Amino acid sequence: MQEKQVILEIRDLHARVEDKEILRGINLTVNAGETHAIMGLNGSGKSTLAQVLAGREEYEVTQGEVLYKGENLLDMAPDERAQKGVFLAFQYPVEIPGVNTSYFLRAALNSIRKAHGEEEMDATQFLKLVRQKMGIVELDKSFLSRSINEGFSGGEKKRFEIFQMAVLEPTLGILDETDSGLDIDALRIVANGVNTLKNEGNAFVVVTHYQRLLNYIVPDFVHILMDGRIVQTGDKQLAIDLDTSGYKQLQEAAR
Amino acid sequence: MKTLSELDAAQGRYVMQHAAFTIERGHEAQWLRDLRSRALERFAALGFPTTRHEEWKYTDVRPIARFETQNEAPSLNGLATAGPQKWALDGAHRLVWFNGRFAPELSQIGALPEGVTVCSIAEALANHSEIVQQNLARFAGFENEAFVALNTAFFEDGALVHVPNNVVIEAPIHLLFLSAGGTQSQPRNLFLVGDNSKVTIIEEYAGKSASETAYFCNAVTEVSVGKNAEVDHHKLVLEADAAYHVATMQVQQDRDCRFSSHAITFGGRLVRNQGNAVMGGTNIETTLNGLYVGGADQVIDNHTIMDHAQPHCASHEHYAGILAGKSRGVFNGKIFVRLDAQKTDAKQSNRTLLLSREAEIDAKPQLEIFADDVKCTHGATIGQLDDDALFYLRARGINKEAAQDILTHAFASDILERIKVAPLRERLERELFAKLQSVR
Repeated sequence: MQEKQVILEIRDLHARVEDKEILRGINLTVNAGETHAIMGLNGSGKSTLAQVLAGREEYEVTQGEVLYKGENLLDMAPDERAQKGVFLAFQYPVEIPGVNTSYFLRAALNSIRKAHGEEEMDATQFLKLVRQKMGIVELDKSFLSRSINEGFSGGEKKRFEIFQMAVLEPTLGILDETDSGLDIDALRIVANGVNTLKNEGNAFVVVTHYQRLLNYIVPDFVHILMDGRIVQTGDKQLAIDLDTSGYKQLQEAAR
Repeated sequence: MKTLSELDAAQGRYVMQHAAFTIERGHEAQWLRDLRSRALERFAALGFPTTRHEEWKYTDVRPIARFETQNEAPSLNGLATAGPQKWALDGAHRLVWFNGRFAPELSQIGALPEGVTVCSIAEALANHSEIVQQNLARFAGFENEAFVALNTAFFEDGALVHVPNNVVIEAPIHLLFLSAGGTQSQPRNLFLVGDNSKVTIIEEYAGKSASETAYFCNAVTEVSVGKNAEVDHHKLVLEADAAYHVATMQVQQDRDCRFSSHAITFGGRLVRNQGNAVMGGTNIETTLNGLYVGGADQVIDNHTIMDHAQPHCASHEHYAGILAGKSRGVFNGKIFVRLDAQKTDAKQSNRTLLLSREAEIDAKPQLEIFADDVKCTHGATIGQLDDDALFYLRARGINKEAAQDILTHAFASDILERIKVAPLRERLERELFAKLQSVR
């Protein structure tokens, strides 16, 4: 059997915001074709991990390293990470009045293409691509003429995140609590979007509080994060067990 | 005491010049000669304002006072060849002044409805226009305004737009004032719009952008808006880098009318826009919006007065400023709500984006409310680009500089999007883009 490509390798990662240490020694390897779920209570550090991977500057990495396809990810600016195929679906997508979604997405796509030495897409080509991808998350084309996330409902914002992911086709997709605040229909649409994008060459890290999303996006591995460390790793059954027994039991067991 | 003597000397110089100016213009009607001499008297008494003057606290006009016209006659040179194409607006009537004098060869006035007058003030005066005699200096008082007094004493030309009752002018009227380095001009505009009439006016001041030589343009615009009339006004300051620009717009509104003005300032070294609107009847809607972008050592000062003199009027004011380099901005927005002006609805917002540590803004909303059943809101924000928005764009692969440009542009677009004249809006989008590139 051919050796799988390692997409992400996190070794003993420590990070803090201001004086508070949040990540305290994360180890995680993600191979191409895999989906990993990271579960944990609020404050366990799961969103911090997602933000650190995307390059948010407020978080200071104090120890450890992160390799993305063998390269030092932590040395890269956020835009460089995105250009190399890292995508973060935000927990709280930012509203940016005055910036047209279509303009924004074409600028993003073209800067990624440019970084890969590919030709920029003109407006016609882009529109064709976008029309094709909008179906994946059942978005209406009126979105293209609106400002980024401005006046979007919670569900629309999350669908728009997945839509962007569909257009930009990342190698590593990180979903930061994409399921929070979604009703069951929106959850299904978002999950379908992710499942459509999954292939042998890419990988997904799904950060979530609840098992519910994992009924739709079936993970190969489930990691339980507690106090900034992965305390348990298993398959999808772990998430189901957790849902019945709760974090509390786990917390006690960890003591 | 150097400050005083310097300003005194400048003032004295203008008084001396006026003697020669009056002799030169011996042909002028007596009413105008009297008006000019009264205005000069006021200017002589007031002098150039110092920073001790409350309304000029943040803007030092000494560079303007110091400025002297250069002797050699300036030529049209590049300005004539580079445009008016450069400034052209599709479908608009165009009138061009060069160094304050009407240039018919650069102007193009299309067919206008009957009874409408669109011409230079000089021409109207030569034809002994009664309308001009009745209305000039009727709205813009010079008793306490040195620059209005100076303009009234020295103006040579400007635009007259007279729209009688019940006339709609579809095509915008584009008034373009071009200046060359070393010159001084005192444009004087009079817009008289009758009852139930409608007109769109674009008042633009521009110069050779690369010109290193200073020039001084001091404009006064008087607007009278009739009952149920609609005036959509735009004031563009795209002056050369070294230009000094001072302008006063005084608007008098009658009941049920709508007046809106957009003041866009990208050019000029020292710019002062004073925009005053008096709501002199009920059920009036007034909008005063503005956008300015400063870089290097530009000083851009916007002063506005919304005067709610009568009940049931609404005013809207949105200003946005972007300041880079060592540029400075001033926003002073006064709202008066007089004792009788019940049910007033006044909204004001001003937002400033500071792109460098050395840029500076002095923002002052000033509400003086004497009526008790009114709604007045104002908000001022000053800040840098939003870090969350910046990160969001970068997380999608857009590099830092491009992300900053996108957000800066969006900040300004909010104002430009309110401009209804499509070719003007598109041109200003391009001007904005170029300006933002140059201050980055």
